[in-house]
Amino acid sequence: MTTKSKSTKVKSFGENRNFWSGLLFGVGLAAFLDELIFHQLLRWHHFYDKSTTDMGLISDGLFHAFSWFATIGGLFILADLRRRGVFSIKRWWGGVLLGAGGFQLYDGTVQHKLMQIHQIRYVENIMKYDLVWNGLAVIMILAGLFLLKKAKGEKRVVDGRV
Amino acid sequence: MGASNHSIHTDVLGVVPQLLLALPFVFGLILYSFAVIRSNQRYKKWPMYRTTCWVLGVLFAILAVAGPVASLGHMNFTVHMVGHLLLGMLAPLLMALAAPITLMLRTLRTPTARKVSKFLQSLPSRFLTNPIVASILNIGGLWLLYTTQLYSLMHESMLVHLIVHFHVFIGGYLFTVSIIYIDPRPHRLSFWYRSIVFIIALAGHGILTKYIYAHPPLGVSKEQAESGAMLMYYGGDAIDIILIFILCFHWFRATRPRMDIAA
Repeated sequence: MTTKSKSTKVKSFGENRNFWSGLLFGVGLAAFLDELIFHQLLRWHHFYDKSTTDMGLISDGLFHAFSWFATIGGLFILADLRRRGVFSIKRWWGGVLLGAGGFQLYDGTVQHKLMQIHQIRYVENIMKYDLVWNGLAVIMILAGLFLLKKAKGEKRVVDGRV
Repeated sequence: MGASNHSIHTDVLGVVPQLLLALPFVFGLILYSFAVIRSNQRYKKWPMYRTTCWVLGVLFAILAVAGPVASLGHMNFTVHMVGHLLLGMLAPLLMALAAPITLMLRTLRTPTARKVSKFLQSLPSRFLTNPIVASILNIGGLWLLYTTQLYSLMHESMLVHLIVHFHVFIGGYLFTVSIIYIDPRPHRLSFWYRSIVFIIALAGHGILTKYIYAHPPLGVSKEQAESGAMLMYYGGDAIDIILIFILCFHWFRATRPRMDIAA
């Protein structure tokens, strides 16, 4: 009996952690790619935009710090899940897509538009860029939710393996 | 640049302040070396990588406070930022990784070692190495330095120059040891606690760099403020990634499953 309760505990632990590990890594990955592609390679984004509000500066700083930590932390939790043999790839990727999409949507709406930290690109018709940016974010969120739902359906299989 | 301006610079940059700032680090290097020799005579060999960390940490700190980098840093804000990253972040990290307290406790005579560990458990010691207090000392100190007249004052008064530089190093060291536990610590705080404080401190550092970018400190040109701020931002990130990695790795080691799954 004790073994049974112990194994259920391990399972629910793994289910939650798969999601959180993915979510953290997703936020970190989105922020990292944003920095790499749009700040460094394309140089579309600016390091600082004069129109940035104080709230924008704080929000940007907090998210940057959090994402930096989350990328590494998320991967360590992933390593822990694999070590315990409770890694679920669907649940994890669901978390990644939800985290990346969620961050991108926040970045594209609240940070770019409301807090004016910087624009996607400094061109005439910014609307197109905003639509693609936020559209992709919504697609990632939906794909993430879809995967998470599927993972829930396959719960039995995961249970069987553990 | 006027002649009077120049004489002010040379005064703060004279041999005396450079020596005063560098000597404690030289002293630390000598003490550590003796302690390693003593420890190796009595116990198993002190790890080479710890000694290497200490030597490198001391060298980076000295590089930041004396010699060409220190002199140039007075004229050029970007070079000043290189010095700041070395003295406030890289040197403290390397020196914390060298586990000086462990080495000290190994080499001291038992009664003295007991006194030291008693001091480590004391209220002031616990207060100063609390992550929140250490973050305020470290990041708060930097805000004070770069957003007030303190930065320009530092170039005029030798006393302020000395205090600021010691504070940058000590603040950086206390912050490092409050986040990652290399040396023995009487009151360990949870990974959650340390992670959250660390993220907020890191954000405070990042926000300050962008603030400097937009509002150059007194006496710093716009171009230098911009390149200095970006160096502080990305350089800080590069060093912080090591801290994050170590903190997460310690979590990973501490939470390893102890029950045998196969059984």
